Amino acid sequence: MSLADLFTVVAVSAGAVFFLAGTVGLLRFPDALTRLHALTKADNLGLGLVVLGLLPRVDGVLGGLKLVAIWLLALLAGAAVSQLIARAARSPGPRG
Amino acid sequence: MTEALNVGLALVILALALWTVVARDTFAAVVGFVAYGLLLTLVWVQLRGIDVALTEAALGSGLTGALLIRAAARLRKTESAARAERPGVLTRIVALLAAGCVTAALAVAVLALPDPAPTLAPETADNLAATGVGNPITAVLLAFRAMDTMLEAIVVLFALVGVWSLAPDRAWGGRPGPLQRADPDGILAYLARALPPVGLVVGVYIFWIGADLPGGKFQGATILAAMWLLAVMAGLADAPPVSRTWLRLALVGGPVVFIAVGVAGAAYAGAFLAYPDGLAKPLIKVIEWALLPSLAVTLALILAGVPERTST
Amino acid sequence: MAEFLLGASGFVLATVAFGLARILWGPGDADRMMAAQLLGTGGVGALLLLGAATGEGGAVDVALTLALLAAFASVAFFKSASEARADEAADRG
Repeated sequence: MSLADLFTVVAVSAGAVFFLAGTVGLLRFPDALTRLHALTKADNLGLGLVVLGLLPRVDGVLGGLKLVAIWLLALLAGAAVSQLIARAARSPGPRG
Repeated sequence: MTEALNVGLALVILALALWTVVARDTFAAVVGFVAYGLLLTLVWVQLRGIDVALTEAALGSGLTGALLIRAAARLRKTESAARAERPGVLTRIVALLAAGCVTAALAVAVLALPDPAPTLAPETADNLAATGVGNPITAVLLAFRAMDTMLEAIVVLFALVGVWSLAPDRAWGGRPGPLQRADPDGILAYLARALPPVGLVVGVYIFWIGADLPGGKFQGATILAAMWLLAVMAGLADAPPVSRTWLRLALVGGPVVFIAVGVAGAAYAGAFLAYPDGLAKPLIKVIEWALLPSLAVTLALILAGVPERTST
Repeated sequence: MAEFLLGASGFVLATVAFGLARILWGPGDADRMMAAQLLGTGGVGALLLLGAATGEGGAVDVALTLALLAAFASVAFFKSASEARADEAADRG
């Protein structure tokens, strides 16, 4: 296996581990705010490592830029939406 | 490996669909529906239907999800009354039989499909070069079956008219939706400032590449509409009164251009929506550029809702 | 390599599908919104891996669209949930 392939395997595996951690946290942590914390790890690191692992496989700079742009977009949206979800969690509504 | 992935995906989708139907809380059901749309997008990618996957992600999951959540919000006051209803045993049996019959009919229809399925794909591939576009989906939508696309664009307009017809008399021609108030320094306003420029570029990009790669005006228009709606939800923009002339012109502009090209085709090329030789690609471009803003405005206004405030 | 990427995609999907359980339990709107957010990000990740495994270039564009619309849907959910709270507070007080 070439060095690039090895890098892809390692990075993607690490990313998958973070997705797993995000889900386990979402399911097992005791309250909404701690669950939110687990979720953002999946967003940042899980997706970031997956994108990093796929970068050696793209053809051309444009492809690589697109992948990084997707990650940055997910980061931005995730960060903002996490704040909104936290607000919803702190003042529980009609459904608790 | 692919088989395992597909089977897993199918099982999760079925389970999620079942749960969405059975869920008691409307909000939870809508979230389940959006998740279902997300998974369906993956199915479409597995089936190599990238154009459909794009449409499912944009319209089926995102925009329809937002539409459903607004509908759920309007029905919130009646939810407890609806939950207290208990249909009688006879009603349930009749419903069970009806659902069973429909399922059986569908199963028979699907299992009785001819194998190999009849298809026009080879003919489409043969005549692709004449249309000047590289994406066979775009060629079918805008050249071989342009009539369907034109009628779609008009149907969406009718849907909007239907939404407007729900306006109370005093708000006729007014601004759709309640006035959104959000902290101008808050996180929602920040997101609504940072995301729409990116969304604008992505929307136009998806529209642009539709000629030769998966994409097109419907998906691009949906992204543009979603970005504008984001600004409205954050209180950074307000929906215009629906009686404004420029708004109405923007809405009908696309379909009018489409019909005009069709009539010109009847005059110059022998049939409604026929393209003269060599002019296929430019005409397709004209139709697409006219339809993009119209579709974006129509979809955005359908989601903006019923006119509720008198125009001031 | 394609097999590995396909497997990774399936793994990400499976873990995220378990997050769906939070939609089922989730006492409260916040948990439900979180599950949808996780599915959005996981879906993007799985899509990118699927696209790389099958050589399907369009999957990246689908992932891009999904990321944008998932953010939009999340905001729509939040607005609806906060309006529900405002209504509830107005009814009570």
